Amino acid sequence: MSDVASPTPPSPLLSVQGLTMRFGGILALNNVNFEVQKNSITALIGPNGAGKTTVFNCVTGFYKATEGQVILNDNGKTTNLRKVLGEKFQWSDYVNPPAFLERLYYKTFGGSHRVNQAGVARTFQNIRLFREMTVMENLLVAQHNHLDRNLIRGMLNTKHYRASEKRALETAYYWLEVVNLTEDANRLAGDLPYGNQRRLEIARAMCTEPKLVCLDEPAAGLNPRETVELSTLIRHLRDKHNVTVLLIEHDMGLVMGISEHIVVLDYGQVIAAGTPAEIEVNPKVLAAYLGTEEGDAS
Amino acid sequence: MEFHILGQQLVNGLALGSIYGLIAVGYTMVYGIIGMINFAHGDVYMISAYITAICIAILSFFGISSAAFLIIITLIVTIVIVSLYGWSIERIAYKPLRNSPRLAPLISAIGVSLVLQNYVQVSQGAKTQAVPTILPGVFRFGTETDFFQITYIQVLLVVVSFASMALLTYIIQKTSLGRQCRAVQQDPKMAAILGINTDRIISTVFILGAAMAAIAGVLVTLNYGSFDFSVGFITGVKAFTAAVLGGIGSLPGAMLGGIILGMSESLFSGFVNTDYKDVFAFSLLVLVLIFRPSGLLGKPLVEKV
Repeated sequence: MSDVASPTPPSPLLSVQGLTMRFGGILALNNVNFEVQKNSITALIGPNGAGKTTVFNCVTGFYKATEGQVILNDNGKTTNLRKVLGEKFQWSDYVNPPAFLERLYYKTFGGSHRVNQAGVARTFQNIRLFREMTVMENLLVAQHNHLDRNLIRGMLNTKHYRASEKRALETAYYWLEVVNLTEDANRLAGDLPYGNQRRLEIARAMCTEPKLVCLDEPAAGLNPRETVELSTLIRHLRDKHNVTVLLIEHDMGLVMGISEHIVVLDYGQVIAAGTPAEIEVNPKVLAAYLGTEEGDAS
Repeated sequence: MEFHILGQQLVNGLALGSIYGLIAVGYTMVYGIIGMINFAHGDVYMISAYITAICIAILSFFGISSAAFLIIITLIVTIVIVSLYGWSIERIAYKPLRNSPRLAPLISAIGVSLVLQNYVQVSQGAKTQAVPTILPGVFRFGTETDFFQITYIQVLLVVVSFASMALLTYIIQKTSLGRQCRAVQQDPKMAAILGINTDRIISTVFILGAAMAAIAGVLVTLNYGSFDFSVGFITGVKAFTAAVLGGIGSLPGAMLGGIILGMSESLFSGFVNTDYKDVFAFSLLVLVLIFRPSGLLGKPLVEKV
């Protein structure tokens, strides 16, 4: 694929196509389509219950989408994030051995961890740190894919193993400095104040060296000063570490301030997408948020 | 008070207790990581006793009589084969039930336990098996008439058990694998989102637990010399009791629980009554659970939000 030099338009890092998610009889997401450009900060907004977190869960491998595709395209390396979770066999597979084997492979060895290995990391609205591990261990455990995990070498404490542990520690300290938590390195993650836990969770996501980091309401529960620091941090992630940021946020000041592209969801559907300036004046968006008659009609 | 009896029972209790501890570790780690009681664990221990006997027989057949060599080879072979058992059991009986109600893997575990017992009974016969004493010799303390003794095997047993527990603690606390185990234990879904292959970690935990049971099996077989196909049940129940006593899910708790259980059993049978030693051991469990429902070192159970 790489030898094809035809000038193509900048391909999106993440493209979500026809994403549908059903929980029993409830249609949580209905044919959601959007794209996230490489190196952008994209926001996903919408009223409560619009399905924003469900989109996140489908993109990051927390849920298996009912239908649709989630494609991660990083420098020509394309990963179908739905396929790596392991899908059910389909009738066509029985006459198509390669497809059958591929599905069998992902059914056996696939899972949520593959999505992260492909380059997607996330944080949670209700923080999910390993509360009984230290701050440092939280960051180290996230780096295990880049670590020497050979048990024998670990028990014998070989040079190679120690070198890899040292690199992991350096990376962890680097991120602790970025999120300003160096002094808390050896405290239990569960004992940290709320705002610090939020920043630690972002640092932990970054330790997996992602291409795309999904932040689920990173400003929830933060005071105004912390929110300003957060927007600086998010910009820093994008500018200095070349990650693409996809975030869900209710704090409109933050969203309008830092995002370049906004996708608006309502009732499990995308109702608008565009730049902050376009979204601000979009009548459908206003209707969804304020509930005018027009909104009821559509 | 007869000090030689006290000394003797303390030594026996320590030996017995470290065995309980080694097996209890397997229960507690599996419970910690997938929240189920692996009832087949005692039978994994029973398998290791048989493999020890087979291994010693084969090695003796080839004329190997050096005790150290014999023990080391037996230990390695047994650990490898029994780990394989542990891994296969998880793959066959528990992994397909990962997302089913909690009762399903429990019943599956009882099934595995029955299968293992019957398969060993059919293939090896129902009679009690015995292995020859490989490492004779004792240390004696006291006078000609009032003495207590520590056999070389008991010394080996205690040393090897404590060394393996120390190694396991090191793996869990310090290595990358151990961190992943603890992460999966606290929040498996989150661990997967961070790129940890939870299935592989769970398999590894089963392998580690089985390896510990294998070590216990080899040592017990060398120490007591006889066993049959049903030996896994009572030992398994005792080790499970030890795990609950220490606080299930807690690694140091399992070891502590094992030692306490072994000691109290042995002291009770030395000074009060041998027949009721099990009654005493289980009464102790009941007492501890009344006053500390989560065990000695267990954390109080908090509902996950």
